Amino acid sequence: MKHTISVLVENHAGVLARVAGLFARRGFNIDSLAVGVTDDEKISRITIIADGTDYTLEQIEKQLNKLIDVIKVRHFDSRELLTRELVLIKIACQPSQRAEVIALAEIVKAKISDITVNTMTLELSDSVDKIKNFEELLRPYGIKEVVRTGSIAMQKGGVSMKL
Amino acid sequence: MTVARAMAKALKAEGITTVFGYPGAAICPFYDELYKEGIRHILVRHEVNAGHSASGYARMTGRPAVAVATSGPGATNLITAIATAHMDSIPMVLITGQVSSDMIGRDVFQEADITGAAEPFVKHSYLVKDPEETATVFKNAFYIAGSGRPGPVLIDMPMDIQKAQIEFEYPDSVNIRSYKPNLDGNKLQIKRAAAAIAASERPLICAGGGLFTANAAGLMRELAERANIPVVNTMMGLSSIPASHPLFFGMIGMHGCRAANYAINNCDLLILLGARVGDRAVTAINRLEGATVIHIDVDPAEIGKNLPVTIPVVGDLKRILTQLLQQAENYDHYDWIQRLNGEKASAEKPLQKPKDGCVNPKEFITMLGKSLPDNSVICADVGQNQIWTCANINLENGRLLTSGGMGTMGYSVPAALGAKAAAPEKEVIAICGDGSFQMQFMELATMRQHGIFAKVIVMVNNRLGMVREVQTNAYGDRQTAVALDGSPDLIKLADAYGIPAARVTDISQAQSAIDALLATKESYLIEVVVDENEKTIL
Repeated sequence: MKHTISVLVENHAGVLARVAGLFARRGFNIDSLAVGVTDDEKISRITIIADGTDYTLEQIEKQLNKLIDVIKVRHFDSRELLTRELVLIKIACQPSQRAEVIALAEIVKAKISDITVNTMTLELSDSVDKIKNFEELLRPYGIKEVVRTGSIAMQKGGVSMKL
Repeated sequence: MTVARAMAKALKAEGITTVFGYPGAAICPFYDELYKEGIRHILVRHEVNAGHSASGYARMTGRPAVAVATSGPGATNLITAIATAHMDSIPMVLITGQVSSDMIGRDVFQEADITGAAEPFVKHSYLVKDPEETATVFKNAFYIAGSGRPGPVLIDMPMDIQKAQIEFEYPDSVNIRSYKPNLDGNKLQIKRAAAAIAASERPLICAGGGLFTANAAGLMRELAERANIPVVNTMMGLSSIPASHPLFFGMIGMHGCRAANYAINNCDLLILLGARVGDRAVTAINRLEGATVIHIDVDPAEIGKNLPVTIPVVGDLKRILTQLLQQAENYDHYDWIQRLNGEKASAEKPLQKPKDGCVNPKEFITMLGKSLPDNSVICADVGQNQIWTCANINLENGRLLTSGGMGTMGYSVPAALGAKAAAPEKEVIAICGDGSFQMQFMELATMRQHGIFAKVIVMVNNRLGMVREVQTNAYGDRQTAVALDGSPDLIKLADAYGIPAARVTDISQAQSAIDALLATKESYLIEVVVDENEKTIL
């Protein structure tokens, strides 16, 4: 089962290594991991999507909490979350195909971020499922490169995860 | 002042009077200040033993002890000691030199990423890059090492940082927003635990090493006595209750005794105190199905990790046991205790007579245990010698130190050195095998040099006995790489270090050798010759 875990950490050098090392040595599987600074520049937020049983999830939370630089760990039910991932997809695109790719992008609300004579780079921020779907739609043109950020997540509604 | 000086001042402020270490170029600025501050430095003969000695020292004082090494190989040599301390929750602060901060990452001479390499085995670590952080880093390191579930904390100090000039003021207090150990224990959970104790017919206390950390062994005993609850120990919990106590039924586990394992497999309430349910300790978790389990530990991650728990209580054992005691009454468990006594009696076997020229280790260790003065400290190594010692030493008021979690060979002699440095008035004896002895006998020189006179008993069977036994039982007795041919004559070796020694080849010689060992104020070595086919469980 997939779990989304948000972790507030001290924005120190080496924190990410500690977190990643913990997952590796305890045998926890990470599907995606994204990290960035919060509104408080001394605190970073790591969003981890991990796979495992409830036992694994409990252990992940407890072991993360033992890391001295970890300030707060929360795990969320996917229904209460707004989850987003950013993807950049570069495809082969001849001038004659541009119009239909642009139409496709409009349907899914993707942006055209770069264009050359025979390539096009599209940018989409959405849920993981929608991103995968978009990738499939573009596959027939010839995908040259895909870069994804990993998911970030935030609770829906007025609540916020702070110290 | 320089950071190096501030480091020495920080140790002083933490009450550190003795450190164990091995110098090198990258830690020289700090060594110069150690000397100036008059902090006693014990020069071990291998860095790993600085760590193990600090462990022995910390276990006697209950406070973080300090080991120092230089950069690169000096630091990496510490790793086994760090991992050993981490597994057994021993408070320690490790200080390593590092190459100059502007050179880090260029693979310069004696550079090693020690904070990276040691990461899985430390409670926390610092690579100091800002000289102004020195005081806070030291204050936090000692606090983290010694509080909550204790453990090793590493401070890596680049050479240029040590030489930097700072204003030094040591903080009075610690405030780490991300580290607030929960010590009090949930009142409701404690109430539930007390109710479970009142309701149980066959309760059992399983006492682990956490009782020493929390300084709560006496409270555990009070609870056992008040509520008539039998007690078993994990290996790390040995010596938390006198061996002759009528409620004590021995050590559990793969190498434990029958009555203790019977107790854990047949109790209806298991009260785990500062024990982490290691795989060697609780070997048949399925046998506990149906039993209520109360698990009290300061580390929430240990609760439910290896065993489903009915009543988890997170916090300091001293505080929680104090509250539990107030709620406990005198319950009658006569039948249950009689059953355990029956198991204990039926497990007793007559002593096997060893072959000529050998000693039954059980007989020797039992004799040693009976001869020891009160408050003796026994450091058991790893292998058959560890099990022989743990099962038969039967300490009344002493203390047993061993590498329980990691099973690190070569622990006993440096740990004894550290324990003796912390408690010179106590009798401190390392017991090891001829395999482990040869991993650590260089420290005999350290004892001589610094006048720290721990004593050593070596069980000699010319084998890596426990591996030999595995090969005998599981690999068709094909004995591969377990013979220790070529080992030195230990009596001559001891003599080379100026240490008197005795060889015991028959039990009739044992008492006089033990008496000689206990009579001398200086170090002494006894070689006990054991049959190479001797079993681990006697």
